Amino acid sequence: MSMSKFGDFNLRDKGANLWAGWDRPRRVVFVLATIAVVASLPFSGNFSFTNILNTPISSFQDVLVYPVGMFVLMALGLNIVVGKSGMLDLGYVAFFAIGAYTMGILGKHTHLNTWEILPIGMGLAMFAGVLLGIPTLRLRGDYLAIVTMGFGEIIRITALNTQKIGGPNGIANIPNPPSLKVPGVGVLDFNIMTPNSFFWLVLVLILLTIWMIRRLSARRPGRAWEAIRQDEDAAELMGVPTLKYKIWSFVLGAGVGGAAGVVYASKALFISPDGFTFNISVLILSCVVFGGIGNIWGVVLGGVVLAYLPERIRFISNARQLVFGLVLILVMNFRPDGILPRKKREKAPKAASESGVK
Amino acid sequence: MHTLISQFWQLTFSGTVQGFIYVLISLGYTMVYGVLRMINFANSEIFMIGTFATVVITRDVLGHQANGADLHGFTLLYTMLLCLLGSMLASGLTAMLVELVAYRRLRSRGTNRLAPLISAIGMSIVLSESVSLMTAGRAVPAPEVLHKSSLFTVLGANIRIDQLLVFIVAPLMFLFLQRFVNHTRLGKGIRAVSMNEETAKLMGINLNRVISITFLIGGLMTGAAAFFFETIYEATKYNIGFNIGIAAFTAAVLGGIGNIRGAFIGGLMLGLLETYASAVLGSQWKAITVFLVLVIVLLFRPNGLFGEAVQQTRV
Repeated sequence: MSMSKFGDFNLRDKGANLWAGWDRPRRVVFVLATIAVVASLPFSGNFSFTNILNTPISSFQDVLVYPVGMFVLMALGLNIVVGKSGMLDLGYVAFFAIGAYTMGILGKHTHLNTWEILPIGMGLAMFAGVLLGIPTLRLRGDYLAIVTMGFGEIIRITALNTQKIGGPNGIANIPNPPSLKVPGVGVLDFNIMTPNSFFWLVLVLILLTIWMIRRLSARRPGRAWEAIRQDEDAAELMGVPTLKYKIWSFVLGAGVGGAAGVVYASKALFISPDGFTFNISVLILSCVVFGGIGNIWGVVLGGVVLAYLPERIRFISNARQLVFGLVLILVMNFRPDGILPRKKREKAPKAASESGVK
Repeated sequence: MHTLISQFWQLTFSGTVQGFIYVLISLGYTMVYGVLRMINFANSEIFMIGTFATVVITRDVLGHQANGADLHGFTLLYTMLLCLLGSMLASGLTAMLVELVAYRRLRSRGTNRLAPLISAIGMSIVLSESVSLMTAGRAVPAPEVLHKSSLFTVLGANIRIDQLLVFIVAPLMFLFLQRFVNHTRLGKGIRAVSMNEETAKLMGINLNRVISITFLIGGLMTGAAAFFFETIYEATKYNIGFNIGIAAFTAAVLGGIGNIRGAFIGGLMLGLLETYASAVLGSQWKAITVFLVLVIVLLFRPNGLFGEAVQQTRV
């Protein structure tokens, strides 16, 4: 495949080679240093050389939680479905909504706190994933895309028309998470004055998700997903239980979306169906494809760029969505595999990529 | 349920009219899908451009006021023709632009299938946001071109003139399109590309031209739908294409995407289903009913009602 002048430049391969050459202590130091830098991002506004990162109008610390952190988390979850096993899901926002509404309803009407609701929200989202997955994952390509899109709309419209959960007004006064004692750091409070604690919470969730994906990718499920993505029929013939692994990837993705929803609701204190439109699904899919589909670091980068960019250019308030659209068109045209594409050897052969996303 | 029985024919008529509008828009999806195997994500904005073209022609070019006097005779005729052609042309050209900007470069490089989808989403954002900036995000009323008089009553159903217009002209346009695809040289080219792109290229078909024309035709049909929509509803907004685009895409999938006859049946079914569901359950549940029916249909017929493989009528 001939590419443009810069097309063959693959930062991801360079990075992977570097990583492969390192011994264990060096890797540990590198990972810890990276985490430390990212975790100190909320303080970047205090220094003259980093305050260029600051977002006008909305507070930078809040932007780091939503949209940036949330989008990265959800993009990673969606990447399990779209990037790893190659199924086009246009209704990912449904799982986010299920998580958020679980938090809203249980948080207000029971004595459970956020930490107890988190597994419940994830569980419900995963259950919804199974319910949706079993009948629909036999469908392929664009048929799956529209059914998932429909599922996303069904969840939103149901929330909109059910007066018991607030209807169009949504749910207000959702409780914040209770304080958390972190050994060695102190007590982390979670309220409207402490966006940093939420950022670190989201960061922990992101790291856990990355860890989970990396573990699974190297093992049986990862290999099964790769086989399904490249050629589903061949995988089935080779004895891969394709439906089972497709449902698994769907359910894991749903769980991550549900977790994001729970945290979002307990940070935002208020949720309404307007926050869970089809546009969110499209945006998150854009993060995945824009950054580099199937590659964790690309997806993280895509989420960061696409969530941060509209906030950073808020001063041109009216035209910012226009700029966003132009960026999507330009980047996809000049780097169709995303900013940080997946490793070349993982790429599907041409024959399979023509039949495309299954 | 009572409403459904007492007003059955009325609902059937307006559902059919709504369905015909969906048919024309879903052709925009199905034609493009037929040749490219890709969702034309910007088709909802192509529809939106068509509605604005209708408004601009009646209001700014011909100078009709929103609350002006009714149009009659020859003035009415040429206004409507001009609007229809202008709307079709605006949408058709927009569709060609979408192909050029969002699809051509990526297609010629044979990349993964999601890249063009995202660039089409980008194009759709650019189009709707540009219009939003120009109209300050407000709804724009359209001058009344056709006075909504009830012509006659059939089986208790009021037949309004604007709906009758759609009822007659839209199927004609569909038949015309089907004849075009099945019986002309260009149509043969389109069908050849849809069956096998590589072989079609070997047979001397100019791929870029055929694909560009397919977008144009899809856009023309979507533009016609935009005109009919404006004649009935007389208002538009920068995001008007979104919901109707989703509905039309659902219609295309229901019938079997890539299949022209499927788009017809799918669009008609969707229009009727929506109208009946609104009467029985209330209009807020109509979208859910439609999606549930879609899932059930796809469970039993995974390629839509008419399947993808009807080569004769397939694009």
